Amino acid sequence: MTIPLKPNPPLALPRFVILLRYSGKKALRLLLLMFAVSVVCFVLMKFSPIDPIEAYIGGEHASLPPEQIEHLREYWGLNDGFAVRYVKWIRGLLEGNMGTSIVYNQPVADVIAEKFSASLLLMGTSWALSGILGFSMGIIGALNRGKLVDKFIKLYCLTLASAPIFWVGILLLIVFSVWLGWFPIGLSAPIDATAAEATWGDRLYHLILPALTLSLTGVASIALHTRQKLIDVLDSDYALFAKARGAGKWLLFKRHGFKNILLPAITLQFGTIAELFGGSTLAEGIFSYPGLGKAVVEAGIRADLPLLVGIALFASAFVFAGNFIANLLYAAVDPRIREGARRI
Amino acid sequence: MNRRQKTLIYASFSAFLLIAVMAAGSFLTEEATRVDFARKNLLPSLGHIYGTDWFGRDMFIRTVKGLSLSIVIGALSTIGSGLIALMMGTAAAIGGRRVDACVNWLIDVVMGVPMLIFLILVSFIVGKGPQGIIVGMILTHWTYLARVVRAEVLQLKSSQYVIAARSMGKSNAYIALRHILPHAYPQFLVGLILMFPHTILHEASLTFLGFGLSPHQPGIGVILSESLNYLSAGQWWTALMPGLSLLVIVRLFDLLGDSIQSLYNPYKSHE
Amino acid sequence: MGQRIPLLEVKDFTLQFKQYGRGLKQIETRVISGFTLDVHAGEIVAVVGASGSGKSLLAHAILGILPSNAATGGSLKFKGEELSQSLKERLRGKEISLIPQSVSYLDPLMTTGKQIESPLRKAANAVKSVMNRFQLGDDAKNKYPFQLSGGMARRVLIGTALTSGAELVIADEPTPGLHKSMVDETLGSLKELAALGRGVLMITHDIDLAFVVADRIAVFNKGLTVEVADAKAFEASPDNVKHPYSKALWHALPQNGFHSVRGKDYGEEIDAGCDAGEEDDA
Repeated sequence: MTIPLKPNPPLALPRFVILLRYSGKKALRLLLLMFAVSVVCFVLMKFSPIDPIEAYIGGEHASLPPEQIEHLREYWGLNDGFAVRYVKWIRGLLEGNMGTSIVYNQPVADVIAEKFSASLLLMGTSWALSGILGFSMGIIGALNRGKLVDKFIKLYCLTLASAPIFWVGILLLIVFSVWLGWFPIGLSAPIDATAAEATWGDRLYHLILPALTLSLTGVASIALHTRQKLIDVLDSDYALFAKARGAGKWLLFKRHGFKNILLPAITLQFGTIAELFGGSTLAEGIFSYPGLGKAVVEAGIRADLPLLVGIALFASAFVFAGNFIANLLYAAVDPRIREGARRI
Repeated sequence: MNRRQKTLIYASFSAFLLIAVMAAGSFLTEEATRVDFARKNLLPSLGHIYGTDWFGRDMFIRTVKGLSLSIVIGALSTIGSGLIALMMGTAAAIGGRRVDACVNWLIDVVMGVPMLIFLILVSFIVGKGPQGIIVGMILTHWTYLARVVRAEVLQLKSSQYVIAARSMGKSNAYIALRHILPHAYPQFLVGLILMFPHTILHEASLTFLGFGLSPHQPGIGVILSESLNYLSAGQWWTALMPGLSLLVIVRLFDLLGDSIQSLYNPYKSHE
Repeated sequence: MGQRIPLLEVKDFTLQFKQYGRGLKQIETRVISGFTLDVHAGEIVAVVGASGSGKSLLAHAILGILPSNAATGGSLKFKGEELSQSLKERLRGKEISLIPQSVSYLDPLMTTGKQIESPLRKAANAVKSVMNRFQLGDDAKNKYPFQLSGGMARRVLIGTALTSGAELVIADEPTPGLHKSMVDETLGSLKELAALGRGVLMITHDIDLAFVVADRIAVFNKGLTVEVADAKAFEASPDNVKHPYSKALWHALPQNGFHSVRGKDYGEEIDAGCDAGEEDDA
């Protein structure tokens, strides 16, 4: 007896067209989000009660002749109306000119480029470390559910997820700098050596503690998430069926677990980039690491609006780009998107 | 004792401790943290279980005051953020496709800006101090809960009994009050409680960086950023104990949220 | 066939769950009690009972894949040997195999060809012959579950049992939602399995299916086997079965007058502890 097979229903589109359309949509979304962030930043700036000029000159404010203050205001374009400044800024932005930092007296773009290269090393290291470690911890926990090692991993993650990052940093400082004396105490670290002069050895030396701080705390969310996902997979009907077909725990993981938990883990890991910015701001503060985080604190305290907004925009672009990459990866790996059956 | 009983005990214990910290913090007067150089830099002991600082102030009392202030700020931010989440989530769920798209997009925007940087920006504009933190946190923390509310209301909206009520001609307000609210509120409550630890941690972080509470106010962030200055003198306790207490408080809120969750949602506790 | 050792022998089998109800109460719910049945090589035995009566759990118990809060009693024997958990683990996938009831038992991220392949032995030939047999063309080999039609998914599920080479096949609701011709095809392959000398335990809510394909029928109600009857005799007349529930089942069939089954018709004693089965059958 022959059974007429139904012709394969929807999706006649070739694979690359689906992917192209998908990534086009995501790219458009990225641009829209960036636009929104720039508007939000400007609205916030409009309500700013702080006169950047005052913050810059500080105590000497009173002693300066009015013409000179006027000159300074002119110099920073603070006399223009809000709308004019907005248009100027957005046009400059599109040309790659983000204004001038008041604190550093340098183009904002230059400041960001310099600081970010330092931060990138820190964030990249911690991101990769916490991702790989967290993913493995999650797998180990789920495969040993309820056993001692699982309980330990869970306790560690839940505790670290509740711990203030800066406090963890301080503890590391107490142990490794004060007690063991292996590293200089943050505030006295020689940070005058600019990025160009520092050797790789130097850089790594200053990287260790902040990277450790961020990795120790960063594993928590990815580990807990991966653990839960893998437990869900192991509790699923298809895992039950695989067990009924004689697959042992390890085979079950190899055959069904890994692929099914990898995708959510990738998405989550790219999603943590926003948090990583916050974390590195704190870690850089404690360990006097000369990166973007320190610059943003500086800008905030000394009312450097162009730099503050510049960093906020840059950081958001970075986060969105991260999500964009995650989406593309997902589309490349998940057959349900690749074949155009589902949108996310 | 089974897990459900343990859960209830956890919940009441953490609720009790949180209330105790808040009450203690508000009853303690200035006198309790007065400067006394005769007892400065004391290690933790029976008399001063958290030790004393450079000015001879009792660290335990400072910590309790700091925590209770954090809890108050956290509560205000959480309530404000929760209200926004409730409005946004509900609007997205019942306002049609356009509104839904707008809300989702707004959530993406807010989530895309690194929170600490956004908080610095807001506190810079609104002004430092509690009001800056609270405004900043209200503006940033609603996103996750809004998604929860949206999903919950969407699900309820398409449930059989709501459809039935609608076909029986009940008004929207009746359906919202009688059928949607009672079922959505446990999830909302749990979301609120779980938002709490985040606001507390973020307040401390912001204060630590110098954007939150002023150095004269009691705050865990203030204490910890001060302690950084005395680390080289070997004063580990001024950092360890207050930070640990903050961790415990944050963890307690998490536990409280989780246990209420599992009381409402017993499917996960079949062991 | 009384003298032969049955492939599967179930005697006074009980199964209960520990659960948390509302509030703090921990409840013990009995889902199966006093279940008795045997399956010999070369025959098809059907377990017929209402949906949600805990039948699937019997299959899971035989394979040792019950959830951790389940407890069992009584005896399960395979070829005369008591089925301990370790024996179950050694036998499943090799001697005993399961045909599960829905597509959710397929890995959403795995292609058909790999799904059919036994996790225990890599045999490209076996996969190929199964796919040919079930008219799963070459393009089906690289399809994911979400791309399969209901009938195709069903064939993939049955195919998995064929690559294992097991002696006892447990088919859990093998035909729900299938087209008539597909039902015949599915039942045909179950019969073929029996003809090859394998024992088939078919779990179903559809007594009509059982009449078509089974040698014997175990009527299952509220956790009990009310009786095991010869399929042919049962089909011919309700007088050939003893229990009122079995008779009621027969009468409820459309071709026999469609009389409704009333709760009180089949005895008070089995009503005890019947509510819980509903949610645990999933």
